[in-house]
Amino acid sequence: MKNLLRNLLHSSKFVAGALIFILILLTIFIYPLMFPGNPLEMIGVGTFAKPGTYVSAYDAVTSKKETLRLSDADDKRLAARLSYEDKISMTEWLTAAGFDISDLDLDDTDELLDMWHANYSPDIKPKGMIKAKLNYFKRLNNSLLEMSGSDNYLVIDRTDEGDEVKSKINKTDYVNVKDIANTKTLPLGTDNFGRDVLKELVSAAKTSLQIGFIAGIVATLIGLTLGLLAGYLGGFADDIIMFITNIFTVIPGFVLLILIAYSIGQDQRGPAVVALVIGLTSWTWTCRSVRSQVISLRNRDHVNLSRLSGHSLVRIILTDILPYIASYVVMAFILQVSSGILSEAQLSLLGLGPKTTERATLGLMMNWAMLYSAHTNGSWWAYFPVILTITLISFSLNLMNTGLDQVFNPALRD
Amino acid sequence: MSEQERKDYSNAPMCLSGKGVTRVFGIGDKKKVAVDHVDFEFHEGEFVSIVGESGSGKTTLAKMLLGLLSQTEGEIYFQGELRDLSGERKKKQYWKGIQAIFQDPFSTYNTFQKIDSVLLDCINMRGGKNLPKEKKIEMMTEACSFVNLKYAELTNKYPFELSGGQMQRLMIARIFLLKPKILLADEPTSMVDACSRATILDMLLNLRDETGMTIIFITHDIGLAYYISDTIYIMEHGKFVESGFAEDVIINPKADYTKRLISDVPKIHEEWDLSTV
Repeated sequence: MKNLLRNLLHSSKFVAGALIFILILLTIFIYPLMFPGNPLEMIGVGTFAKPGTYVSAYDAVTSKKETLRLSDADDKRLAARLSYEDKISMTEWLTAAGFDISDLDLDDTDELLDMWHANYSPDIKPKGMIKAKLNYFKRLNNSLLEMSGSDNYLVIDRTDEGDEVKSKINKTDYVNVKDIANTKTLPLGTDNFGRDVLKELVSAAKTSLQIGFIAGIVATLIGLTLGLLAGYLGGFADDIIMFITNIFTVIPGFVLLILIAYSIGQDQRGPAVVALVIGLTSWTWTCRSVRSQVISLRNRDHVNLSRLSGHSLVRIILTDILPYIASYVVMAFILQVSSGILSEAQLSLLGLGPKTTERATLGLMMNWAMLYSAHTNGSWWAYFPVILTITLISFSLNLMNTGLDQVFNPALRD
Repeated sequence: MSEQERKDYSNAPMCLSGKGVTRVFGIGDKKKVAVDHVDFEFHEGEFVSIVGESGSGKTTLAKMLLGLLSQTEGEIYFQGELRDLSGERKKKQYWKGIQAIFQDPFSTYNTFQKIDSVLLDCINMRGGKNLPKEKKIEMMTEACSFVNLKYAELTNKYPFELSGGQMQRLMIARIFLLKPKILLADEPTSMVDACSRATILDMLLNLRDETGMTIIFITHDIGLAYYISDTIYIMEHGKFVESGFAEDVIINPKADYTKRLISDVPKIHEEWDLSTV
């Protein structure tokens, strides 16, 4: 036992895999303690809010203000408000009016604005430019002037008795973020239903891992039991078990999975049911390989000696055969967990995963992102972190598996 | 080890006998007859050797005698009655009467269990399950001292901490505890060094003299067989080609195969002629 542990710690692959996996587990258990609340609560009204810290504009108006004179404040403000399309239009006018903009950098808003203010005049009418276009530039110019022009906003509370000036916000007014009562940091933004993606992701990873573990346990138990019986009993029992196993092997597992999941119906499909279905369709390879190992074990002398000592079938299987294949079974179990998580993701992506109202899973999150076209409107935060999480979980499990292989099979040690 | 005084056991009560015992592996083109209609009679207290080269069917026959493998054809009689191995209870009863020592001591033990459990199993099998712990330890100590091992040094050890010779001696201690009617020793000395070999053979003979059990000794070494057995069966391609008292078989061999086996025994005082091999 001590030796095994030492060998495990010597396998860099196992240690790396275990570290990643433990980190994921810690996140899953600690994050909800730090940020409690329902992960499926719809906090946003719109869809796909960008990742970042959100500050209440309402609270910002009434918070205590300090005056800061920052020289580049105007430029930054303009740069933030001036959209990319506006910049393109400005260069378009400048070119049409015959100015040389060959060494103009579009990212340098200052230079562009200087050039614009120096050269633009509503009187210059470039050739071939229609009236509507000319009016557009006139408006653009006015708004640019306005942006750099006005010095303050008035916040007015409009009541029946008349307007009352609540507050005057100067350009030089600054509010400390700490003084604002309501701020919300959304490290991964919100999803299509306005839910906090990070919180959802953590709870989804937990559910997916549970599904993986249940599926792994079910598949390993069935495969192990049938494999042990088929291998040790041989003869007729072996024929029957292998007949069933071969049928399950020949029918593509995923098709079977889809059919079973579909026939169960959306309402009955909780995470546990989906896990069970995955487990019930993925035990065949465990069964086959356990069987072949048992066949090679059952004619060994120590098994014969155990039989001669009058031990029962169950005792022989548990004490004389199982310990010899235990390492293999542990490895098979880890792979089953990993493939269980992937199967859930595949099923959910097709809309056949657990019902959508109660708990999020990694597959369901991808399904939602796909249904609401997150991939086409650039909302990477709705699906990319999910993909990364699935990858990390399977990667860590497979690393551990390879590491265990090295430990148990000295021929693979480097 | 001194050369044994041989006795004639043909009038002793029958212990294990067989008629037309056959074992076939595979079907169709792959059919292989491992043991082909063999007849045998083993008597109580007899030291029998079954000699044959690898692949002659010795081990298959041994497994059938032990009841680990069923015969395709033929009957095996245990103490004069037709052997019946249907059901776990009958098998358990049979195995109280016949036990074995296997060839490779390193694969005979379950490497996950301590040595004590092997010996405790024997006491339990002999109906000593409810004996006080002290009594059990006393029995195990006695068995170990019979094979020149110290129980106190072995307790709580795992099999892989022992040497091959020690493991094989412990197997004999196991037989000493079980005291079966028949001991089937399948090449028990082929995997241990020459020194341990003599000790082990000596212990087997002591065991026979003390308990009067029948020992069926399976070997490929006809010299060894001649040295210790009362009766020898020569096996070739699944058949007994010759059998009889050790003296008769070795001094006046009738079958060609026996003659060849005898001529192949290396003689230390003569120069070896490898050209005929």
